[in-house]
Amino acid sequence: MYQLTEVTKRYHRRKEEVVAFRTSELSIGRGEYVAIVGPSGSGKTTLLSLLGGMLSPDSGKVEFDGQSIYDLPLNQRTELRRTKIGFVFQTFNLIPYLTARENVQVPLYLAGLKPDEQRVRAEALLEQVDLSNRLNHKPSEMSTGQQQRVALARTLANAPQLILADEPTGNLDPESKAAVMGIFTKFVADGGTIVMVTHDPASAAQAKRRLRIVDGEIQEEAKSLKRVA
Amino acid sequence: MNLRTLVWREMRERPWAMLTSTLAILLGVTALVAIRHVTVFSEKEVGRKLEALGANLLVLPKDATLQDYYSADLSGRTLPESHVASILIANLPGVERLSPRLCTVTKIAGREATLTGILPQAEFAKKAVWQSVGLFSNKHKGCTKASHGPKTYDAAPESLADSRSIDQLQGNEAVIGADIAEFAKLKAGSKIVLLEDQFQVLAVLPRTGTIDDTRVFAHLHTVQRLLKAGEVVNAIEVMGCCQDAAGNLAPSLGELLPDAKVVTISQVVSTQVGVNKLMSQMSWFVFGMLIIIGGASVASTISANVRERRREVGTLLALGATPRLISRIFLLKALILGVVGALGGSLLGVVIAMVLGTAWAGVSVTPLPGLIALASAAALVVTLLAALWPARTAARLDPCLCFQEI
Repeated sequence: MYQLTEVTKRYHRRKEEVVAFRTSELSIGRGEYVAIVGPSGSGKTTLLSLLGGMLSPDSGKVEFDGQSIYDLPLNQRTELRRTKIGFVFQTFNLIPYLTARENVQVPLYLAGLKPDEQRVRAEALLEQVDLSNRLNHKPSEMSTGQQQRVALARTLANAPQLILADEPTGNLDPESKAAVMGIFTKFVADGGTIVMVTHDPASAAQAKRRLRIVDGEIQEEAKSLKRVA
Repeated sequence: MNLRTLVWREMRERPWAMLTSTLAILLGVTALVAIRHVTVFSEKEVGRKLEALGANLLVLPKDATLQDYYSADLSGRTLPESHVASILIANLPGVERLSPRLCTVTKIAGREATLTGILPQAEFAKKAVWQSVGLFSNKHKGCTKASHGPKTYDAAPESLADSRSIDQLQGNEAVIGADIAEFAKLKAGSKIVLLEDQFQVLAVLPRTGTIDDTRVFAHLHTVQRLLKAGEVVNAIEVMGCCQDAAGNLAPSLGELLPDAKVVTISQVVSTQVGVNKLMSQMSWFVFGMLIIIGGASVASTISANVRERRREVGTLLALGATPRLISRIFLLKALILGVVGALGGSLLGVVIAMVLGTAWAGVSVTPLPGLIALASAAALVVTLLAALWPARTAARLDPCLCFQEI
C-alpha cells in the first residue's frame, strides 16, 4: 500500500535545521496493523502527515498504491484523503457546534452524498458504535469515550481503506480504550490497514507490527511490548 | 449537512459575537436609509410647495424672519394694509394677484387653529381707485420661464388651496382647512363661532398636506375688526405671472416699500433645499465612515474566527474538504453578516425615517426600494471584500493543524 523511498522532512527552527523525519525505505502493506511508538517530538506525527498527503517531503518519494502522492495535484490528494484514508485524533477533533450525527455527516457531505443519504448512513454508523441514543447530542454533552466513538464513526463514514490514528486512546478510560481497539481489530479483520501512533503499550500490543522512531529515524522494528514501553 | 448548515450552526453558537461584528454595518445602512428617506421626501415636499406657490413673492414686515412664514405668519409683526394699494398703484409689470393676510390663533372644538384673514379678489375690483390704475393689466414682457403657479384661475372657494386666492368671501363666511373640518366635524353650511362671532362655513378645502389644513380663512376686514388690529396685515403674497417676473419684481417692491422685507419663494425654499443638501451629503459621509468601520469590524471578526478555528479547518481539510470549500465557509458567514446588517439597517432606517420624518420634517415617508437596494448592495460588497483576505488565509491553512493541540 505505502512505499517510502529516501524520504526526508526538515523543519527550520530559528536558524537551525532540524530533521523531523528520515527513512531510506519503509513499506506498509495492505491489511497491516502498524503501531508507531517513540518519544514526544521524535517525528511520529510528521510520518502520519506524510502518509496522509498533507506534508510534502523535502526529498524522496511517498507512494500510495504505486502512485507518488506528492506528484498528484492538490485536488487529487484531497480526493485521496476523502475516499481512501480515515483519520483518528487524540482529542477527537469533533466539530463542537454540530451534533454527533452531523459530525458523522461531514465526510459524507464532502463526498457529495445528498442530505437524506448522509443522515441514513450516519445513523447506521453511530448504531455500529453503540451511540444511536446520542444522535442529537453535541460533543460537549458526551463523555470522552462517546466522543471518540463518534470520531470513529466519522472516520469510517466513507469506508476508507486505511486509518491513520494519532494517539486514538490517549484520552480514554480503559473501557473506552477497549471499545476503540475492538473497532480497530474488526477494521483490520475486514481487510483495512491501520497506522497508529501511540504511547500506550497496551494499544501498541494490539498491532501486529511496531515501529520505533527516535530523532526522526526509524531505528528498529520493536519485537516486544516491553521494548516499546 | 450542507454548506449552509455548517455555517449557520457555527454562527448560532455565538449569536452576540456575530451581531456585534455587524453592528457598524447595520448602523451605517440605518443612517443612510433614514437620513436619505427624510431628505428625499423633504425635497419632494419643498418641490411640491414651490410648484404650488409658483412665482410668488412675500412682502413681510422688515424684522420678520423666513421662519415666520413657515409658522403661519404668526410673528405678531404687521404691515399697513395700505401697502396693498401702493403695490397696485405702482402698476408693476408682471403682478397677477395680491393676497394680503392677517393671522391669529383661535380655538375650534377645543383645539387650536389659525384664523387667517384674506381679501377676496372681488374686493379689488370694487375699489374705484384701484380700478383706475388698470388692475393687473401691466403684463410682464419677455417671459422666458413658464410660470410654476396655477395655470388657470378657478372662482370656486376650494380653489383657495391651489390658487392662494378666492373670488368671493362675505364678512360672516369662513373657508375651513381639511384637518379642522375633520376633527370639528364641519362641512359647507355648518355654523362656527370664531373670536365670539358666528360664521357660516362656505367650503372645506381639499387636503394639501400643508399648514393650510389647520387654517380657517375669513374675510380680512372681519379678522381686523375682531382683533381690533386696525388696517394691518402680517404678509402680502404677490403672485407673479412667471419666474422671471418674480425675480424682477423683488427689487422693484423693495424700492416701493422700504419699510418691508421682500423675499421670493425661491429664496425661502433655497434655505430648505440647502439644509436638505447638507443632510444628504452628511448621510453619505456617515454611511461611508460606518461602512469602513463595519468592514474593518467584519474583517477583524472573520480573521479572529479563522484563528480560533484553525484546528477545525485542519480537520476539515484532512477529511477531504477542498481549500475552495473552506474559503466559501468564511465568505458565506460574512455574507450572512452583511445581509443581517443590510436588512436590519434598512428596516430600522425606514422605521426611523417614517417616525422622525413625520415628527421633525412634517413629511410622510414611504420606503424607497432603489435607495434600500443601493445601501444593501454597498453593505454586502463591503462585507464580502472585508472577508476575502481572512477567507483566503483559511483556505491556505496547513491540514497538519488537525494533529496539533491549539
